[in-house]
Amino acid sequence: MPKISVPLGPQHPALKEPGNFTLLLEGEEIVDAVLRLGYNPRGIEKAAESRNFIQAMYLIERVCGICSHAHATCYVTNVENIAGLEIPKRAQAIRVAVGELERIHSHLLWLGVAAHEIGFDTLFMYSWRDREHVMDALETLSGNRVHYSMNAIGGVRRDIAPEDEKNILQKLDLLEERTNYYIKLATAEPTLHARTKGVGLLPKEEAVKRDACGPLARASGVARDVRRDDPYLLYRQLDFKVITSDACDVFGRLYVRVFEILESIKILRQVLGHLPEGPIAVKAPPKIPAGEWVTRYEAPRGEDIHYVKADGGPNPARVKVRAPTLANFESVDYMLKGDQLADAPLIIAAIDPCFSCTDRATIVRGGGNSSIEMLKDLRLRAIEYYKKKGIDFGKIG
Amino acid sequence: MKSIREQVAKWARTASPWIIHFNSGSCNGCDIETVASLTPKFDVERFGVMQHGTPRHADVLVVSGAVSRQQQARLKRIYDQMAAPKFVVAVGACAAGGGVLQGCYGVLGGADKVIPVDLYVPGCPPRPEALIDGIVKLLGSIKGVGNAK
Repeated sequence: MPKISVPLGPQHPALKEPGNFTLLLEGEEIVDAVLRLGYNPRGIEKAAESRNFIQAMYLIERVCGICSHAHATCYVTNVENIAGLEIPKRAQAIRVAVGELERIHSHLLWLGVAAHEIGFDTLFMYSWRDREHVMDALETLSGNRVHYSMNAIGGVRRDIAPEDEKNILQKLDLLEERTNYYIKLATAEPTLHARTKGVGLLPKEEAVKRDACGPLARASGVARDVRRDDPYLLYRQLDFKVITSDACDVFGRLYVRVFEILESIKILRQVLGHLPEGPIAVKAPPKIPAGEWVTRYEAPRGEDIHYVKADGGPNPARVKVRAPTLANFESVDYMLKGDQLADAPLIIAAIDPCFSCTDRATIVRGGGNSSIEMLKDLRLRAIEYYKKKGIDFGKIG
Repeated sequence: MKSIREQVAKWARTASPWIIHFNSGSCNGCDIETVASLTPKFDVERFGVMQHGTPRHADVLVVSGAVSRQQQARLKRIYDQMAAPKFVVAVGACAAGGGVLQGCYGVLGGADKVIPVDLYVPGCPPRPEALIDGIVKLLGSIKGVGNAK
């Protein structure tokens, strides 16, 4: 049978964001998939270097509209560590509260998008309706539905009033009830099983080899969670489970995300209503000293890594963002191979891709030539570089 | 006095404006608020608005995000594929003029640098209420314009 290649994207009804997949088909089966990124690079990292530390925080928040608190917290933690600030317990608790609400909103959003991809629009509308409770809670806390801007260097910008805490806790009861309904739905609904079980398989060894992170890794049985492995903020004292599944398919990813909503509700109940007393911020020094720092943060999609370098000037000298989706894209071509064309949008949606987080790898050289660098090539180049220094990374994976 | 054909066309146009959503380099903030306004709490479907996947079926192009240099040609192409009469709504501060990303090396600027824009909805991101207000104003202007070709 002749093979045909089908382009998917950058504008495609199934992809909400620009990305391009070239699928090689044999009949209905996908035999090869090539991912091309680079439709959405804006140059935020470079732009951050021309803003001061506070302006850069608001800019970094706009890396992504869904996990904006993750990016902003990750960046601001770097700056605080460089400046040697220790933020008050109350500010840490407020950051955790907003971060967990963000996780719930992101997972409900994903549930809706995934339901839309499998043609189950009723579930899409249900989950987005319930998501509005979370958006209301976030609006109560921060004053905005998206881009909360809760962080300030040295703490947070707004306090939580006791009546707001009560209000949000009531909303959580409602959300818990709805989440239990989704769990019932996911275990009982035959159409959902038919469309998700055995689709987009990613065995545990492959997930480890391809550095999957977040819910994608946890759905393949790899218990990776920065909140537990490298606790930041208050997570050391909080009681929560790392949800994993051995299903290794889209159903497993659905299972992990839905149960993670319950865990986030559990964390929020431990934080709200028991907020530590004290100030919400410490005074930030007018000048950030020279230094560098790396922070890891468990964003809704997985591990988010930020690097900030300061040279004592008013602006950051370098800001680097490694978004979780970039790590997860390595697994997508493996998952697509051997599956049906009709499942491709669902498999891509199942990693919860965020192209705006990911796209910053266009290299513009002098003379106006630009090129897209593939991760594989960058890796080979890094191995070569370290070989010259006498370290051989080539044997790993 | 307009012909019956024109009256029917105008009625159909204002009673069911189908939209296509194009992400021209957005941070997702405007995109999720656009989708949120389609879902039960805000429900713009009561104005006949439906989201469609292909530009050939759509009347309104909803552009979100500052136009990145990579997306520039594609935005123009999608606009050209739409059947006339067509309308363009720029959602958010970035689509209106680059917003916070103004001057970044990968960013060209607002959507109006590439295609004509009929309506700007400002905000970072605009609330669904603002989007609904924008849609109602757009529909009002279509009704007022009359025999748009």
